Amino acid sequence: MASEDDSADAALLAGLRGVLGERARDNDFERGLYSRDGSIEGSPPAIVCLPETAVEVAEIVRICRRHGRPFLARGSGTGLAGGAVPVGRPVVVATAKMDRIVEVDTGNRVAWVEPGVLNLDLSRALTPLGFHFAPDPSSQQVCSIGGNIANNSGGPHCLAYGVTTAHIAALEVVLPSGETTTLGGVEAEPAGLDLRGLFVGSEGTMGIATKAAVRLTPNAPSVRTLLLDFDDVSEGSAAVSAIIAAGLVPSALEMMDQRAIEIVEAFAHAGYPTEAAAVLLVELDGLPGGVEAGVEIVREVALKHHVGHVRVAADDEERALLWKGRKNAFGAVARIKPDYYLHDTVVPRSRLTEVLEQVYRIADAYDLIAVNVFHAGDGNLHPILAFDRREPGVDERVKAAGRDIVAASIEAGGVLSGEHGIGLEKRDYMGMLFSAHDMYTQDVVREAFDPDGFANPLKVIPTGSRCSDSFHQHVPEGAWV
Amino acid sequence: MSSQPSSAGATPAAGASTGPTEAGPSLAANIAAEVTAFAREVGGDDPVTVVGARTHWDVGGAALAGTREIRAPAGVWEHEPSEMTVRCGAGTTVAELAAHLARTGQMVPLDPVDDAATVGGLLACGFSGHRRLRYGHVRDLVLQTRHVDATGKIVTAGGPTVKNVSGYDLPRLLVGSLGTLGFLAEVILRTLPIPSAAQWLAGDGDPFEAFDLLYRPSSVLWNGAHAWILLEGDPADVAAEANKLEPAGFAACDGPPPIPSAGRESMRPSELRALAGTPGGWIAEVGVGLVHRVAPVQAAQVSPANAALMSQLKQRLDPSHRLNPGRRVW
Repeated sequence: MASEDDSADAALLAGLRGVLGERARDNDFERGLYSRDGSIEGSPPAIVCLPETAVEVAEIVRICRRHGRPFLARGSGTGLAGGAVPVGRPVVVATAKMDRIVEVDTGNRVAWVEPGVLNLDLSRALTPLGFHFAPDPSSQQVCSIGGNIANNSGGPHCLAYGVTTAHIAALEVVLPSGETTTLGGVEAEPAGLDLRGLFVGSEGTMGIATKAAVRLTPNAPSVRTLLLDFDDVSEGSAAVSAIIAAGLVPSALEMMDQRAIEIVEAFAHAGYPTEAAAVLLVELDGLPGGVEAGVEIVREVALKHHVGHVRVAADDEERALLWKGRKNAFGAVARIKPDYYLHDTVVPRSRLTEVLEQVYRIADAYDLIAVNVFHAGDGNLHPILAFDRREPGVDERVKAAGRDIVAASIEAGGVLSGEHGIGLEKRDYMGMLFSAHDMYTQDVVREAFDPDGFANPLKVIPTGSRCSDSFHQHVPEGAWV
Repeated sequence: MSSQPSSAGATPAAGASTGPTEAGPSLAANIAAEVTAFAREVGGDDPVTVVGARTHWDVGGAALAGTREIRAPAGVWEHEPSEMTVRCGAGTTVAELAAHLARTGQMVPLDPVDDAATVGGLLACGFSGHRRLRYGHVRDLVLQTRHVDATGKIVTAGGPTVKNVSGYDLPRLLVGSLGTLGFLAEVILRTLPIPSAAQWLAGDGDPFEAFDLLYRPSSVLWNGAHAWILLEGDPADVAAEANKLEPAGFAACDGPPPIPSAGRESMRPSELRALAGTPGGWIAEVGVGLVHRVAPVQAAQVSPANAALMSQLKQRLDPSHRLNPGRRVW
């Protein structure tokens, strides 16, 4: 078996080297590097390719097809749901070298960018022109636009501006057939079905994006950031709903629990009140009249909910300091335990308090530590389970606790994922939310793009979704799934 | 706070398939009796089309003669102002939805030319309204869809929360598909607060310069000679932005003239400038790239690769072409 694999890999490598030269690699070190993403799963690919052009990507896909080998596009590998974890010894197509901002077209308010451009690099390049790219995942310093497209990524500021799909006008993609096409368009209403909308968030199972026209969002003339602290988590959660019910749509509305406040403060020294049970980070942006009126509404609502202090950042420096804590919270968890598992579910805002309580109970039951830093404004929970991988049996406890958190969120009327995607992590939980026929329909739609299952196979939809033998996904017999 | 859900709203679907959890899949546990009845009406055999208010009946061409006509269920079934979501039957008129939401100061900016249009009909056409510049395309307002497929089965996609990436984005595929892939039965839409102030201005200044001058105006319309600009938001901001436009010759007005609906031409926003000096009979959406014309416009072409993908989708989702036959999406 192993020798068969080896000779098949060698032939495939020779074909890929013919196009890419030394940018097609099979050394153990790089295969190891590309065996994981930000999730806890892992499995090495057969070969790693580093294309520089869309033409090379199309060639890679065609070669993979000739050799009957699946392929897997990968951006920065920051995904948390295992979407970029290799399954079935695929060829990894890493887009890191496709990192050009091809054109900034202010006349149409779009920028054409390659998939390897980093999210924050793009916004920094646009700032002098008065624009930015609105989706801002916490990983924005390192995550790529291609990964944002694959996962339909969010971020704190998606509360007001919407997630990635609302900011992608057009995509140049290499289809699983090896053909290159453009989905969507810069024109107002591209003709036909919205293939662009279907592709965004499809986690690489419908092809590989090689260029995108991203929408430019004008920078707000006025921004205010507030920090509110509460003695009681439920008062903080209630304030979240009350702010929205008061008719405000803050540009961000984030919550941190006491453990999060402690570790973030120790790291960022932003003056977070470490004695508080919860803090809310509220940002309002837009024209100055609405922003200042909004600050007063937030203040009034907070007072009704027994806020401890209302701190309004005085200047950009203080704003940046408040955000520094939030954006680096996940890394700061290392102060408690060396490893963490970051979850992602969404619940109705009105159920935040009760689901948070359940999260703490679940963590306790599995002897884990839960830390909560999340997008409260859209009910998007991000429970962090801190643990030490060296403890025997801890992986199983972490996974079981994760499943219970997902189940509790869905029980409360929520969904599986707000922004991380399904990937491998939640593939087998899809049936908690969707009926068998719902999943069958989704798989039929995927199949229209990739009837032979070459593109990132066995992700998103659980394998049991097709009752018949027609479930075609191109993975060798006995492959690790 | 919330409105009375329909009595049928909480009725579990008969025969809903079970998932891996004991409770079964959560989205299937909340299927309204009206939706189940609609699915039975769609059935699985003969050619069938859904009639809304016939305000956009000619979009995509005429229905095949003799096709059985049915109606999607209507009614606002659940509205949670603090969640900023609303669940309604696809046959609900935009006027009814707007009136319901206005009671709590909310809206869904669908803005059809005629608000007798049904929510489902408008989404099937995928037509955004004149405030798209500010609020985005209508497909970005859709959180969850529940449609009936060609076999008469109910399919739920998306999710009830304001943020969700669970599974493939079928709602975006259905918006603009003219009911050729499935019939919308129920949708959950994102709501927004009604802005506290709104002001139209009109003038003969350059609308492109005006657009660049303003921060996120709600609408900039132009007919080659005159422009109409909608400002929405806090009263102080609306007044300040209006002042910026005064030197360019814009003054308060009641609103734009009726927007033509016979032809809908799509171009890049930057291409609109070239319309200056062309014969009248149109109103363009500056910053968006839509041109509304008094005469029909030839449909834009789809690339062969995209047409092949669209055909594959149609073939797999409605192999006998029984859903809304005669209508062409591409």
